[in-house]
Amino acid sequence: MKAYLGIDVGSISTKGVVIDSKNAILASEYLWTEGDPMGAVRRLLKALASQLEGKDVQVAAVGTTGSARKLTGAMTDAQVVKNEITAHAIGTTSLYPDVRTIFEIGGQDSKIILVENGIVVDYAMNTLCAAGTGSFLSSQARRLGVQVEEFGEIALTSQHPTPIAARCTVFAESDLVHKAQIGHKKEDIIAGLCKAVVTNYLNNVGKGKKIAPPIVFQGGVSKNVGVKKAFEDATGFPVTVDPNGHLTGALGVAILARKSGKEQPFSFGVADMDFVTRGVECGKCSNRCEIICVYQNGRLIDSWGNRCENGAIRAAK
Amino acid sequence: MPETKVSFPHLGSYCVPIEYLFTRGVGVDYVTPPPITRRTLEIGSRYSPDTVCAPFKYNLGNYIETIEAGANTLVQTGGVCRLGYYGELHEQILRDLGYKVRFVNMARASYSNPASFYSEFLSINPDLSLKRVAAVLTLVLKMVEHIDAFESYMRNNVGFECEEGSFDRLHQDFLASLSAVESHKELSAISKLYMRRLKELPINRPKNPLRVGIIGEYYTIMEPFSNHFMEKSLARMGIAVDRWINISNTLLHNPSKKVITHIKDYAKYDMGATAMFSIDKALEFAKKHYDGIIHVKSFGCTPEIDAMTVLQNISNDYKIPILYFSFDSQTSETGIQTRLEAFYDMIVMRKEDRK
Repeated sequence: MKAYLGIDVGSISTKGVVIDSKNAILASEYLWTEGDPMGAVRRLLKALASQLEGKDVQVAAVGTTGSARKLTGAMTDAQVVKNEITAHAIGTTSLYPDVRTIFEIGGQDSKIILVENGIVVDYAMNTLCAAGTGSFLSSQARRLGVQVEEFGEIALTSQHPTPIAARCTVFAESDLVHKAQIGHKKEDIIAGLCKAVVTNYLNNVGKGKKIAPPIVFQGGVSKNVGVKKAFEDATGFPVTVDPNGHLTGALGVAILARKSGKEQPFSFGVADMDFVTRGVECGKCSNRCEIICVYQNGRLIDSWGNRCENGAIRAAK
Repeated sequence: MPETKVSFPHLGSYCVPIEYLFTRGVGVDYVTPPPITRRTLEIGSRYSPDTVCAPFKYNLGNYIETIEAGANTLVQTGGVCRLGYYGELHEQILRDLGYKVRFVNMARASYSNPASFYSEFLSINPDLSLKRVAAVLTLVLKMVEHIDAFESYMRNNVGFECEEGSFDRLHQDFLASLSAVESHKELSAISKLYMRRLKELPINRPKNPLRVGIIGEYYTIMEPFSNHFMEKSLARMGIAVDRWINISNTLLHNPSKKVITHIKDYAKYDMGATAMFSIDKALEFAKKHYDGIIHVKSFGCTPEIDAMTVLQNISNDYKIPILYFSFDSQTSETGIQTRLEAFYDMIVMRKEDRK
């Protein structure tokens, strides 16, 4: 059976799916990137290969997305390398064709995507500031001595969420410490944090955007029921979280790989190959571009990072 | 007193007419700032207040690099936003850093009194001939118009060039040939020749290409390094790019009265600097059914922040997507590329959907 592989390597987590020609998921995996995208992809490929063992599946095209899409694309010789905004939109509309608004909060970034008749009509992504993203929530959870996975459930038990300043992560943190020290209950503070994340999101990423239902909420933070509820309270609309919401980026790019019409048999054996990257500083002008060279088993397969032709390093293909 | 060597910060290709004005008109040597690189921004940022707008940092970097290259007389212009205070602060910072240079701040002159400019120029060269400056200035202003016309066509078509780099090469040749012109007649002949050669360059332009309009703050929109060569990136995606902001349109043929009437449904009061132009042109691009608009500004640019809320209304009313970029001293390409690629995907899919 022909299949398509989609890989989404984010700052915090790495996701992968293998789908058939009807977009049904044959295998999927979710693991931590741990600052080592190439290692994460290798582990991901091994996990997917073992899930597919014994099945007659041949991956015909590969797509990569997420902030390490280029590196991953070079490793897997991908047919499609796509930004995560498009990938998420494609993935979500394949599951929810009527969706109008997609909220997405990941480890380091957050975005809003507006859809009309299955077409992206507007989007925005956080700039300059990571306030209210997943990594902020996990660091606050640590401060409060709570597992971030339990955050949502605890938030739901609160009767009186503590108001927390939402404008900026640093301010939110000092506000949180202050509220804890004067005796606010932990569940109230946690519920307040969930609300703060939503307020921050709607004021920054969602600023000026018309939010219409149906709304789908995805990305790592969507697993937090406290944030989901805060979104419902703030918008007045029900918010859907798909059980596979963390996989939509990978799913979207797998679909794009399938639709690309470009096919080339892919072997999971890539996971056993040796990949090394090397950063070289180009000295040809004072831009001093950092050029990244990717080597597969000692052979240069790709390079990027140069701003002009003078710094181009060509891979022998 | 050593020989005067003047310099003015970079802004797109305008270093060519500026050099012409100083060497031919004012009659002094001119040092063109070294091309802007990451180092320019690094040293500019190091000695600037952190929250000042990015153009200030670029200008300061240019000043320091031209001093290193031998300039001893620096010129700054006035302006209708924070730009009006740049000169004073630049001068102070350079003094504090120990640079012994002359600083000529045109912000002290006033547009209502053209003679005040003359006295500023006089401070650069006391033997200045008013007649010559006036004659060269009219030539320089014409030169600016020719450059703007050339670049306007280029911006709109370079994405479809058959031979990569052919537009850029001709552009460089054109700019290089300008410094040799001696008269209005020569200028017009050279410009005509290059414009013809430009239009003869083979292009593979589709019948209905994607069209994107760029609007935003004065410096960031006109200095390609400061917007991460956004027009070039868009062209490489096969997009016809249009922008109205340039020196000809804003300074030489300023239409501010008309702008107010164009946009009366959206904004009543002038919000300063380029804000009204951004709104006016966004509305025009929207009415002409462009596929999208990109708004660029330096981080913290107040007039453009004011314009953004109005732009959102235009975006909603005309269903035209607007992508907003705010630039400071960060040089990472990844975030910008991600947003641009997503914008491209979006306008492509919207266009296909409309068919």
